[in-house]
Amino acid sequence: MMAGAGRRSAAELLAEVRAAAEAAGPAAIMEVCGTHTVALFRSGLRSVLPAELRLISGPGCPVCVTSQGYIDAACELAARRDVTICTYGDMVRVPGRRGSLERLRAEGADVLVVYSARDAVRAAGERPGRSVVFLAVGFETTAPATAAAVLAADRAGLGNFLVLPAHKRVVPAMEALLAGGGCAIDGFLCPGHVSVVIGAGAYEPIARRHGRPCVVAGFEPAGMLAGIAAILRQLAAREARVENAYGVAVRQEGNAAALRLIDEVFAPAPADWRAIGTIPASGMELRGRYAAYDARRRFGVELGGNYEPPGCRCGQVIQGLLDPPECALFGGACTPTAPVGPCMVSSEGTCAAWYKYRRAAGRGGGQARSD
Amino acid sequence: MCLAVPGRIVAVSGAGDEAAVERLATVDFQGSRVEASLVMTPAADVGDWVLVHAGFALTVLDEADALETWDYLRQAVGAETLAEMGLAAGPAEGGGT
Repeated sequence: MMAGAGRRSAAELLAEVRAAAEAAGPAAIMEVCGTHTVALFRSGLRSVLPAELRLISGPGCPVCVTSQGYIDAACELAARRDVTICTYGDMVRVPGRRGSLERLRAEGADVLVVYSARDAVRAAGERPGRSVVFLAVGFETTAPATAAAVLAADRAGLGNFLVLPAHKRVVPAMEALLAGGGCAIDGFLCPGHVSVVIGAGAYEPIARRHGRPCVVAGFEPAGMLAGIAAILRQLAAREARVENAYGVAVRQEGNAAALRLIDEVFAPAPADWRAIGTIPASGMELRGRYAAYDARRRFGVELGGNYEPPGCRCGQVIQGLLDPPECALFGGACTPTAPVGPCMVSSEGTCAAWYKYRRAAGRGGGQARSD
Repeated sequence: MCLAVPGRIVAVSGAGDEAAVERLATVDFQGSRVEASLVMTPAADVGDWVLVHAGFALTVLDEADALETWDYLRQAVGAETLAEMGLAAGPAEGGGT
């Protein structure tokens, strides 16, 4: 609508992408964020982008990257009669060794789906005789919310509010994927809302040390196209810089108040990622005296080792090593109504997105039911 | 999980209240009202547009950008996702389900 500086139509931007793709040659771009994965499908962009451009979905769906050991620990806590679990919605359906949280809830466990970490603190206030454990998953977008919740519980003297920490940091994960070398990634479409917190500047090490263009983009079609065009232009010019195509919400330095919250409550720590294993400094541990709010410490729960459900290849999907239809379970033994792995559970999971939108578009529809 | 949605602050509580530890805003999302903490956006006030994620305002937005964001949110993430977040997205359009 608003012609002129910086506001171009989707058609104009698509023409830019096509021109840049021609100049860049074959390229593989990873969209790190699960919200981008869904938005790229939903908007129909995937089907109109040039054939020489490959979009790879990255490890940016928090539920999908959470290790099975964590799911099992959450279920072990949920099975205790003195514990209430508070969790974001997608987590309840991920199958663990002893079934999912949803199944435990059907068997009488107290499992509450919450919209906000603040709701979990409220639940702790309302249940003085019980321990309320918040499943703290998610990247830097959700970590400051957990930090604020811990601080609020601390101020209110709510010693029955606990956290099972599994927050992840996105930049160390991107570096680990590049260091692993299994997946050829030429550039990164960086997450919009994670970047509101950490700032576009956080990707400088990826651009400088690893020589990959990093462009922060929003979730609207025009924003994603602008981001992809910017990456391709850099590739064509053999450059690797950080660009911010989501300036309306993202600043170079991020949100100082949110970063302070994270830093006050959490310290960087090694973290387990599904199938990838332990990545140094990619997680967050409760810092100093806030460690008293760690549910593992309170109940002596250990996070078990990494494993995958039999036949499940979510671990390769989140690393961009495999497209969902290449998994033998996809669309047959594993569907959104009866998921085997987390990538089919989460609404932001790569498998759920492929299942929903590829089938809806009628492309590969027969293939999805091949077994 | 990392999707944030813009809304307009219609009321703020806790401001100027010595006992309040945190400013809380009532944020209007195209008709749905949700409470959000302003701990990450200390300068935000009534009338401002904020990007809200999981009960926290992450940043302040221009009105034009916020309204444009709503236009694409309806198509980009769909009514069902917004409904899951407790936000009505207006009449569902073209969702097919």
